[in-house]
Amino acid sequence: MSAHSLQAATPAEELAFHVTEEEHAHPGASTMLGFWIYLMSDCLIFAVLFATYGVLGRSYAAGPSGADLFDLPLVALNTAMLLFSSITYGFAMLEMERNRKSMTLLWLAITGLFGAAFIYFELYEFAHLIAEGAGPQRSAFLSSFFALVGTHGLHVTVGIVWLVTLMVQVAQRGLVEDNKRRLMCLSLFWHFLDVVWIGVFTFVYLMGVLQ
Amino acid sequence: MSPNSDFWSFVFGRLSWESIPLHEPILVVTFIAVALGGAAVVGAMTYFRVWGYLWKEWLTSIDHKRIGIMYIVLALIMLLRGFSDAIMMRAQQAIAFGGSEGYLPPHHYDQIFTAHGVIMIFFVAMPLVTGLMNFVVPLQIGARDVAFPFLNNFSFWMTTAGAVIVMMSLFVGEFAQTGWLAYPPLSGIEGSPGVGVDYYIWALQVAGIGTLLSGVNLIATIVKMRAPGMTMMKLPVFTWTALCTNVLIVASFPVLTAVLALLSLDRYVGTNFFTNDLGGNPMMYINLIWIWGHPEVYILILPAFGVFSEVTSTFCSKRLFGYTSMVYATVVITILSYLVWLHHFFTMGSGASVNSFFGITTMIISIPTGAKIFNWLFTMFRGRIRFEVPMMWTVGFMVTFVVGGMTGVMLAVPPADFQFHNSLFLIAHFHNVIIGGVVFGMFAGIAYWFPKAFGFKLDPFWGKMSFWFWLIGFWVAFMPLYVLGLMGVTRRVNHFDDPSLQIWFVIAAFGAVLIAIGIASFLIQLVVSFMRREQLRDVTGDPWDGRTLEWSTSSPPPVYNFAFTPIIHDHDAWWDMKQRGYTRPLHGFRPIHMPKNTGTGIILAGLSIAFSFGMIWYMWWLAALTFAAMIVLSIAHTFNYDRDYFIPADEVNRTEQSRTALLAGE
Repeated sequence: MSAHSLQAATPAEELAFHVTEEEHAHPGASTMLGFWIYLMSDCLIFAVLFATYGVLGRSYAAGPSGADLFDLPLVALNTAMLLFSSITYGFAMLEMERNRKSMTLLWLAITGLFGAAFIYFELYEFAHLIAEGAGPQRSAFLSSFFALVGTHGLHVTVGIVWLVTLMVQVAQRGLVEDNKRRLMCLSLFWHFLDVVWIGVFTFVYLMGVLQ
Repeated sequence: MSPNSDFWSFVFGRLSWESIPLHEPILVVTFIAVALGGAAVVGAMTYFRVWGYLWKEWLTSIDHKRIGIMYIVLALIMLLRGFSDAIMMRAQQAIAFGGSEGYLPPHHYDQIFTAHGVIMIFFVAMPLVTGLMNFVVPLQIGARDVAFPFLNNFSFWMTTAGAVIVMMSLFVGEFAQTGWLAYPPLSGIEGSPGVGVDYYIWALQVAGIGTLLSGVNLIATIVKMRAPGMTMMKLPVFTWTALCTNVLIVASFPVLTAVLALLSLDRYVGTNFFTNDLGGNPMMYINLIWIWGHPEVYILILPAFGVFSEVTSTFCSKRLFGYTSMVYATVVITILSYLVWLHHFFTMGSGASVNSFFGITTMIISIPTGAKIFNWLFTMFRGRIRFEVPMMWTVGFMVTFVVGGMTGVMLAVPPADFQFHNSLFLIAHFHNVIIGGVVFGMFAGIAYWFPKAFGFKLDPFWGKMSFWFWLIGFWVAFMPLYVLGLMGVTRRVNHFDDPSLQIWFVIAAFGAVLIAIGIASFLIQLVVSFMRREQLRDVTGDPWDGRTLEWSTSSPPPVYNFAFTPIIHDHDAWWDMKQRGYTRPLHGFRPIHMPKNTGTGIILAGLSIAFSFGMIWYMWWLAALTFAAMIVLSIAHTFNYDRDYFIPADEVNRTEQSRTALLAGE
């Protein structure tokens, strides 16, 4: 815009006080920033849950500890599912950049399947723990474990629902600008959950087993 | 148990006829009054056929100005409720001495002080602040709306939904008896088996979503939508404080959401976060909730500081003294507000080192705050001060707030705090800063921006009445509490034995009556101003000889705010434009791109009320059904891609021409 160059105007020169030829601001201009700020607020929810786990994570109340409970190979498999889903989401975004609708949809579907597998293994682990008598009511350690891991799982579930919604929308309307923006937001969300999971895997599972 | 009763307990959960407080005469009378009043309003609205107008123009509106006004209406309605609680407490404490039990039994008194705190903070102070920011910020930065207009409408309705949930607890069931922060283990399922704490939790969770989203929205608005030339260091100070406040909202409300979610898990699922056994730790809750709670008080006060900055510089006809230091002071307060939470519980026993750290950080906050006070004083120094109502609130604030600040520093000294902790001294302190700071600031802001919003000024006589009654009422009501607190009287007590204390409570009650007259004067002011609106009319759009961009538009501003996006060359952009002989453009208008209204926000908020009701009363079918409905509706909303429209150039032309005629007719 030429407006800025007018700032150093001399008194004799006529100053412009408004924009006459406005290019129409497109509606989604602030969406990425806004969504990123929202993600940071979500990150704080996880920060609280991590802090709670940090404080209560050794309060076993004479019950089982992480070393007794965690099945690392299962968790490793689970982690792999989520990491793969991040890679495949990346492939979907690359295809989106090339405007290839069906390839985008294909990679999104694969991402969703990896996500679903992750949720399946997590639910399997939870069911197993509860059946062993190590449910969230057993001790503060288990309460904070289920809250942290469960909240992450809930986020992934929401992500999957969102992913399916976007797939329908892309299928209906194609890779229009609105849909691309939405896919970018979900991409941020999905990778964010991946990063959080790295923290969960390290602080909860690996360090839990070391105890 | 017959199968029939199983069926009814499935349908109604733990809701039964006993939950309706028919045995409480105060509540029955209140209910009858509210029902009659409500019926009268509904009847009148139907008679005058305004429902359609209300729905189309207001309830579904995504215009930031209308949403701002609705926030303030919500706050004023809730102020009446919150103040009724206050004056009931003052009356109880004034009479409940020795043999007299007063008129409020403990379980009722406990609900009242909890509701008073929750309502005043979440549903009076927050909507006032958010409402003013919503109305003013886009106008001050030369924008046509906020970054996410639909989200703005949704945020407002979620806040309102939270208020509705609190109000429901008055007539269906009970409210929490735990104090406004619901400390466990008292707020746990064993300490509070009833629905009170659940009402508290769900009201705050629903309103919290609204607050968080409006925080995200306003940050994105201020960062991305400033008019060309408006660099960060040319932002009006109110917008700066709004930015810092919204950063604090985004950085603290998730903590509240998370900690209340953990408390809900303790209550609903039986986990052990904050219990006394199986490894739980109640102090964890108290730390977490104050990590939200301390920034919260700065969320409230910073925009008030912004209002005072605008008002001082406008009514002294001077540029604000020390703009840069004002901005940095605001930013420093924003950061420090995160490093002081532990001063709310020095008595926890964290040890000398931890207490010293938090004591010192707390005292440091008084430095930037003091800098602000001096900036306002130096702005007034050799200014041409016009003592209009907003300026009176500002001067009243400076005198009152400084005292509150000093007692705050007293509380920040850990050894002294062991004496003051949970005493009426603390109560007097935070009312001193919240009434003397936030409330005075919001009344100043309302008086200042009212002509912008409605096109006529507020009646100054009743404004001054309101101001003087509030100011004197505040001092009479709270100075006795300082005295009592120093004598060791603790908060939240509904009966006293020592008759020598009574006189102080009687004086405090008298102060509350003065404040009641102040509130009544404000309401009368609204009515009188509306009746006299032709005499009070402002056609210029700039009744105070203002300095910032909002005064360059008509009053009320058109839907699109600015026919052309302004270009900014200096601080106080509108003042600068006036000095340089700016003339309003009269032709060459272009179509303006605007978002469309939508009813999704209000429907989602209605569903979340029903969902919360289901959760509170264990009506699981209702909770499940409404939750599913919310998900479906949210997804369905995203399938609507047709969300904006153009205001044709003709219409812009017509609107602007009518303003030209108005200005010429002067």
